[in-house]
Amino acid sequence: MNFEAVIGLEVHAELKTKSKIFCSCTTRFGGEPNTHICPVCLGLPGSLPVINRRAIEYAIKAALALNCKIAPHSKFDRKNYYYPDLPKNYQISQYDLPLALDGYLEIELNGKTKRVRITRLHLEEDAGKLIHGGASISRADYSLVDYNRTGVPLIEIVSEPDMNSPEEARAYLDQLKAILQYTEVSDCKMQEGSLRCDANVSIRPRGSAELGTKTELKNMNSFKALQKALEYEIERQTEVLEENGTIIQETRTWDEREGVTLPLRSKEEAHDYRYFPEPDLVPLSIDRKRVEEIRAGLPELPQARKKRLIEDFKLPEYDAKVLTLSKHMAEYFDSCVKETGDAKLVSNWLMGDFSRLLNSRGMEVEDSPVPPKEMAFLLKLIKTNKISGKIGKKVLEEMFETGKGAQTIIRDKGMEQISDEKTLIPIIEKVLEVNAKTVEDYRKGKERALGFLVGQVMKKTKGKANPELVNKLLKDRL
Amino acid sequence: MGLYNYTIYELHEMLIKKETSSEELTRSIFQRIQKVDPYIRAYLTLAEEAALKSAKKIDKLLAAGDRVPPLAGIPMGLKDNICTSGIRTTCSSKMLENFIPPYNATVAGRLIENGAVLLGKLNMDEFAMGSSTENSRFFPTRNPWDLERVPGGSSGGSVAAVAAGEAIFTLGSDTGGSIRQPASFCGVVGMKPTYGRVSRYGLIAYASSLDQIGPITKDVTDCALVLNSIAGHDPLDSTSVDRDVPDYSSALVPEIKGLKIGIPQELFPEGMEKQVEELVRKAIEKLEEMGAVCEEVSLPHTPYALPAYYLVAPAEASSNLARYDGVRYGFRDKDAEDVVTMFMKTRSEGFGEEVKRRIMLGTYALSSGYYEAYYLKALKVRTLIRQDFDLVFKNYDVLVSPASPTVPFKFGEKSEDPLSMYKSDLCTIPINMAGLPAISVPCGFSEGLPVGLQFVGKPFDEETILRAAFAYEQNSGFHRPEPSLEVN
Repeated sequence: MNFEAVIGLEVHAELKTKSKIFCSCTTRFGGEPNTHICPVCLGLPGSLPVINRRAIEYAIKAALALNCKIAPHSKFDRKNYYYPDLPKNYQISQYDLPLALDGYLEIELNGKTKRVRITRLHLEEDAGKLIHGGASISRADYSLVDYNRTGVPLIEIVSEPDMNSPEEARAYLDQLKAILQYTEVSDCKMQEGSLRCDANVSIRPRGSAELGTKTELKNMNSFKALQKALEYEIERQTEVLEENGTIIQETRTWDEREGVTLPLRSKEEAHDYRYFPEPDLVPLSIDRKRVEEIRAGLPELPQARKKRLIEDFKLPEYDAKVLTLSKHMAEYFDSCVKETGDAKLVSNWLMGDFSRLLNSRGMEVEDSPVPPKEMAFLLKLIKTNKISGKIGKKVLEEMFETGKGAQTIIRDKGMEQISDEKTLIPIIEKVLEVNAKTVEDYRKGKERALGFLVGQVMKKTKGKANPELVNKLLKDRL
Repeated sequence: MGLYNYTIYELHEMLIKKETSSEELTRSIFQRIQKVDPYIRAYLTLAEEAALKSAKKIDKLLAAGDRVPPLAGIPMGLKDNICTSGIRTTCSSKMLENFIPPYNATVAGRLIENGAVLLGKLNMDEFAMGSSTENSRFFPTRNPWDLERVPGGSSGGSVAAVAAGEAIFTLGSDTGGSIRQPASFCGVVGMKPTYGRVSRYGLIAYASSLDQIGPITKDVTDCALVLNSIAGHDPLDSTSVDRDVPDYSSALVPEIKGLKIGIPQELFPEGMEKQVEELVRKAIEKLEEMGAVCEEVSLPHTPYALPAYYLVAPAEASSNLARYDGVRYGFRDKDAEDVVTMFMKTRSEGFGEEVKRRIMLGTYALSSGYYEAYYLKALKVRTLIRQDFDLVFKNYDVLVSPASPTVPFKFGEKSEDPLSMYKSDLCTIPINMAGLPAISVPCGFSEGLPVGLQFVGKPFDEETILRAAFAYEQNSGFHRPEPSLEVN
């Protein structure tokens, strides 16, 4: 039978407010364990939460960028469960009156645009981090807990089950991340845990309107992991149904090493969170005027920026999309174009070697050791034939490695392009002399022979000769 | 007469006139504690060294002729659920037996800034759950009027200390009557301010939407003085209300002519002691004599206050007390092999019976499938109770009732029967459910045991109940009763 997947995502993003959601501790990532803490985020007896107004504003900003309706009245609730990384053994979250409802975002895949509805967006506090001393949680000799992250503001964004493939889920997460970065409410660094994603997935016969039994997937720590976990789970569910089995409603965890999803807890074992209104905080009344001010102050969002790149620079749709998915990338692109005036050249390099070098280091654009000015300088050298593209690649690698500027590297390594005829002519004549047979071939009409001769010249000059000039000089002599 | 017999305002005068010093006063209270506390057992922790140091500091200011606030140099005690920086704060629980807070509760900070001298921390029912102080995990406190009887609770230590001269004033906390019922039992003045009037920051939570800190004093004048220094908005407590704090002392005018007093029949519950009712009725006659207009009124939903309270309060408690798990501070069972067992053993041993009973009640009431039938319904009842009061207060300035349906009972009399113990708060719980201010003042004796009269006010109208209570106190002949504590 032909099955179709039905996927909904629950995304948690840390807001990049300076202080935590209910106290004045810093939200800075890292730091010695248990140094960004106070009686409030530690949940010491008698301490009380006070809402960080900035966190509400950031959440509203995110919600507006996701086309949500902002609830006029909202409140916080306690979600009760016992876990050592949760100091109060309840999480202050929002249950039946979330801050925002009923939004959507648009994803583009294979030239088609699809709208994925967003059910709700709410605010809550993050928990701490457990470090287990041993092979696994169950076999650990001891566990340590770091509460630095406790109380960092989070938004939870719940989508409708509107996605039908792992690729769509990935595209949704890409787009969501881009929007949150553009609005500057979150860094969305999955490797630092500031963006986390759970997925609900079920399958049904294609064309059926009914939903199948879903499983919830957890522990996907990268975009790739999300896609792989979904692929695996869809295949697993398909196999179960094809063998006339039944899907069990359960929570499963993604095992990155084995590349499989494993059962974590069944529906019966699911927590009863015993939600009730948080009595230590007063209900929120959202000022409509302030909402409109925030709406008016929204920055250009990824899709608008993409459109602009296509229109202004005639970039292909695909290039424009890749370049605008990260706000930092889009800004990097803009400043390089400003310096070089060659959008296509910049686009090729950013999408090619620059991205490859970042990825191989697990870095985001904003962490790049090569600032845009330096990148632009390198591209200008290439554009004006001061160095060849091939050398350019080597220089860029060196820039990533050492953090040195292009100029320094080229000078230190003697990598400047040789565009001086006086230097090249003796080399070319020597090459022609040694390769008399090839010269013969060319003269007989074997066009490819020219390439070989150019290659010989490049070899002699260690790749530094200006290829266009070499071509010209060779042709002159043939 | 010892220095411990005086009120705050009397001692303030004496300090200014140099008739005594804060050090002398503080030392004399510690002597008093040494003498009577082995019988009363009000204190869990004493802070003598720190107290004498603060007293000497105030004496220096006084010697320099500086103006000092009315509480400066006055020895006080705090209920042991009010956090005190560097001083053990136990909630009378094994769970927090060795917990030393790194911060002061806002009220503690304000009193200390006002120069009050902290003597120590006072016994209570564990986590403020109880009406007799028998639920303290350490020892029960005795009633200074009859050592075989309970002082009431949960602020039993705070109230007994004031009655027995072991502190000039104290603070208690009141979630369902925990200041007013024991004040009634021990013949002192106890006030629960409007919910939101006094910061709860640093008060170890029992039921967050009901808890409120309040003064326990020898008379109404002192009550106003203490309220003056603890009332007001606190940025650390979002539920504290940002409204001006009046000077409560200037509300103390012994004049209630034309004051409209409602007598809610539902606050004279079935099963209340006849003598208690008689004394309260007599007090009402007195108020009429003084020119107040007293009329019977009805609060039809208040009979549901007790059952609704025993859903709301335990529900909040089940969540508030979840943090005591042995991970970060407090008691931990050391033998558990894994974290879940550690949670279970720690909580099974660390909490006493009544606390565990309420945690279970509350957990049940919030459970999926029961939430609507129990917790949500209780919240609706709470709204109805509040509306009852709103309606009555359209026509009346103050309501009057007993503060407790009985005189103090004997140890063990109710401790085996939680329901009969819960009924000890029948007159006070509806007021917490409505968030209103109320005060208990002595109104006579039934066979040598004190009885308290409760005045209930409109939200944030502490002034009117203080005035009514003050006028009554000045005319009743029951001003500052003192137990004849015959101890050696």
